[in-house]
Amino acid sequence: MKFIKQFIALATVSVAFTGLASAQEAPDALVKRISQDVIETAKADKGIQAGDTRKVMELVESKILPHVDFQRMTMLAAGRFWREATPQQQQQLTEQFRSLLVFTYSGALSQVKDQTVDFKPMRADPGDTEVEVRSQVNMPRGEPIPLNYRVAKGPSGWKIYDINVLGAWLVETYKGTFASEINKGGIDGLIKALTEKNKKLASKPLATNAPKK
Amino acid sequence: MSRTMKFRHAALALGVTVMLAGCAGPNPRDPYESYNRAMFNFNDTVDTYALKPVATGYKNITPQFVQTGVGNFFGNLGDAWTAINNLLQGNGEAGMSDVSRFALNSTLGVLGLFDIASEAGLPKHKEDFGQTLGVWGVASGPYVVLPLLGPSTVRDTVALPADIAGDIWRYKDPVNVRNIGTVVRVVDTRAGLLDASSLLEDASLDRYEFLRDGYMQRRESQVHPDGDGAPRKVQKDDTGETSAPVSSEPPAKELNSGTPPAAN
Repeated sequence: MKFIKQFIALATVSVAFTGLASAQEAPDALVKRISQDVIETAKADKGIQAGDTRKVMELVESKILPHVDFQRMTMLAAGRFWREATPQQQQQLTEQFRSLLVFTYSGALSQVKDQTVDFKPMRADPGDTEVEVRSQVNMPRGEPIPLNYRVAKGPSGWKIYDINVLGAWLVETYKGTFASEINKGGIDGLIKALTEKNKKLASKPLATNAPKK
Repeated sequence: MSRTMKFRHAALALGVTVMLAGCAGPNPRDPYESYNRAMFNFNDTVDTYALKPVATGYKNITPQFVQTGVGNFFGNLGDAWTAINNLLQGNGEAGMSDVSRFALNSTLGVLGLFDIASEAGLPKHKEDFGQTLGVWGVASGPYVVLPLLGPSTVRDTVALPADIAGDIWRYKDPVNVRNIGTVVRVVDTRAGLLDASSLLEDASLDRYEFLRDGYMQRRESQVHPDGDGAPRKVQKDDTGETSAPVSSEPPAKELNSGTPPAAN
């Protein structure tokens, strides 16, 4: 009996320690771990390599989404219009933007074949709560593609809130689109446009280079 | 005319002026927007009906090693101009590395068909004269879409003749071989961008805007990688979060100050 109690106590303590350790995991280590995990899984999974939409999105949902702060991303992309939106609109907007990003990221991920990723040393002070993690994707042809992340420390650990591909930050790039949609049809117009876009993406096959249109 | 009538006319005139001032006026982030959109649509049509199908066929049918060879061959020719630009920008080490790349690949790499230099650890750079001008301090200027060539900026358009002059393949004789080579290069380049363009289609609500905003940021990051160099004017939104501007210069203040800035 005593042994079992000790064992349970030990197990609890070690789980607690793991939890503590992951909360203290440095942001670049976290991003590196997720990134390598995702790429390795994508390469090894036959279904994903064959272009199975569902499997790619499952991978994205399970391994990446928990580490992304979509609300912050949406807030930044909406800019000053965020304050003008009702809580319900904010929630809808976040959901639709999240779906769009999941589709887009899944599309990118399904094209992973034999690339490798190198991470650059992080330039940040230990006390920073917002850092930039820099990496590059080595392509079989041509220059490596810069892939950087902006990560912020929140109550539930480090979360990604912006991504930079080839020098362009995602939030900054969507800002212009968001602003003009809102100018055209208000925040509801933007939500509607995103919803329709997501419907279209949901119904088309993923990872095909056949000429569309 | 009675006073009431005069007042009404004045009010009407004022109202119309205010309305026009509000909805007219170019986008400060994209002063040539109407021209740019038209040219973008033209390029897009040419791409959809001519270039993309050919590039897709090329990518699907041509053996991979041939595609790699083509890419390497023209990439190698490009390395010479990249080397010159790196040296002009004061990047001695990178410039000499590019010279070594060119020398190595042209000889041991059999006229550039094999990219031995990358395997030897010499990274591939890409520098054009527009980036050199940027490093020298020339601001990018507004976004411009060039016929067939696609996204560019005012500065890079000015730099284009230099880039053309620095292109080794331009001096290839006889002319018909040169032209065939140019077509092959264009098709190969487009084939390499097929994945990116399908992603662009998926990710964007308005492809023109998405491409413009992404391109301007990318261009800036090519000129000033690591964000050093030009002082970055970080704007604070009303939400209190910070974000970097799209181009390296302040939103066109040279517009008549009566026009309120659009969007941001």
